[in-house]
Amino acid sequence: MTTLPRSTARKLGLVIDLDTCVGCQACATSCKEWNTGGYSAPLTDQDPYGADPHGAWLNRVHAYEVGEGAQSRTVHFPRSCLHCETPACVTVCPTGASYKRAEDGIVLVNPDTCIGCKLCSWACPYGAREYDYADGVMKKCTLCVDRIYNETFAPEDRIPVCVRACPTGARHFGDLGDPASAVSQLAAERGGFDLLPETGCKPVNKYLPPRPRRDATAASAAATGVSANSGDEASASARFFAWADKVLSR
Amino acid sequence: MHPAYSVIFFTTASGAGYGLLILLGLLGPLGWVPQTSVFGLVGLGLALTLVTGGLLSSTAHLGHPERAWRALSQWRSSWLSREGVASLATYVPAGVLGIGWVFLERTDGFFAAMGVLAAVFAVGTLVCTGMIYASLPTIRAWHQPFVVPVYVALGLATGALLLSLLLLLVGVATAWAPWLAILTLAAAWLLKTASWARADRAERIYTVEQATGLGRFGKVRPLEPPHTQPNYVMREMGYRIGRKHAQKLRRIAVMLTFVVPVLVSALMLAAGSGIGLLLALGAVVSAGAGVLLERWLFFAEAEHVVMIYYGREAA
Repeated sequence: MTTLPRSTARKLGLVIDLDTCVGCQACATSCKEWNTGGYSAPLTDQDPYGADPHGAWLNRVHAYEVGEGAQSRTVHFPRSCLHCETPACVTVCPTGASYKRAEDGIVLVNPDTCIGCKLCSWACPYGAREYDYADGVMKKCTLCVDRIYNETFAPEDRIPVCVRACPTGARHFGDLGDPASAVSQLAAERGGFDLLPETGCKPVNKYLPPRPRRDATAASAAATGVSANSGDEASASARFFAWADKVLSR
Repeated sequence: MHPAYSVIFFTTASGAGYGLLILLGLLGPLGWVPQTSVFGLVGLGLALTLVTGGLLSSTAHLGHPERAWRALSQWRSSWLSREGVASLATYVPAGVLGIGWVFLERTDGFFAAMGVLAAVFAVGTLVCTGMIYASLPTIRAWHQPFVVPVYVALGLATGALLLSLLLLLVGVATAWAPWLAILTLAAAWLLKTASWARADRAERIYTVEQATGLGRFGKVRPLEPPHTQPNYVMREMGYRIGRKHAQKLRRIAVMLTFVVPVLVSALMLAAGSGIGLLLALGAVVSAGAGVLLERWLFFAEAEHVVMIYYGREAA
């Protein structure tokens, strides 16, 4: 059924830390490796050794340069399915192959009933769905549904493989519907945000913004929108905290 | 958006087929067109052949055409599914009308009701087709109120040109048929102009700063793409056509779809039936080519919001 569940018991998803992601692509390659053998198998490539190699990947890491001059920074930006609360990709599906699970909110494609019309990929603002040219069906992040409930795995392995593989702990997995969960707490504490909330898809996955730069506190505070009061009486304390931050950062 | 040729052919052929079916379903019972078996066979035959050919062609862009029947199941939420249901449902009254018209030479009473029902279902199918595109907020040029009326109007206009041709083919010269074509073409022209104007004026509300949520740190510039070669998303959603080319192609599309068929239809009002048949055929060919180009542009000019992650500055 492509009509959405009224609510889901849990909202499983990822919290991705743009501060600590180093763009090593471990999440993307481990995702490709796991999913070409798991639920999404086969995750095919076209012309893999030729001049125009491409294929279905469920997780892709962009890199952006943000800001100007000394204040500019590189931000690595992993992008995968956000397992939205109101996923536009699901309701447009004509066959019912796309669905959102009522028990945990995971958005999945049934590879046996997908006709490969690609309409879901047109509906998704995030580019989360990719067509598998060899398999003729749409592929997407399954939140490693074939790992997280797998009781033959050690408990620490019952998480999406991208989270398991991340060497810097930039990816976190949990129930974002439970305000007491570690991921919800983390998102609340670090100002986790939604991608393109304007689209109304209500993403479950949250992104944590890069932390302010440590060596230029005042400037970065201004960049992050935290107002550093201009004027002499305020600048004394601002200078003190800048000094303290610099000393403590050593 | 990447122009899918099977879908372009489908909406052009089926659109004209449904347009012709709408006109036959309404004008047959009214007695404006010959109620002979021959005209019923040729008219409804052509309409349903175009519809069926288009529908079959549309399955060519599917990864699994053999599963196409599954697309009839999700009409509660999906416009694509609704289009499938409506297109199949149209065959029922159209078929019954055909039986009455071709075998009994009757288009009155029950068969008239079936004609009206076929017309209603055919309009419904065209509306569903338009809504598949108009319901996608991710594509600015499509998500606007003129898309659906354009699909319906172009279906009717191309259907009217076909009807004009068919009437001359069976030796019936009328003044209303060219006039109907001129009026429907004018309406479609107006709507298409409005649709283009609206698409061009629509604000590009999404930026890369917004899409990444990083605008608070300043300007965002793409540094490294996730991969060396274009992926599916870029191949499907990243198709781009130069603005100059698009403007030129739009002018050609307007010439072929509207200007030539309107002038030719006006000429037909003056000409005799011998030359009239050739003129009508010319108008159909011109409009067919024009609508194909218009549909191609509909895809090629459409920008998808996802491309801002891949380096487009706004969408």
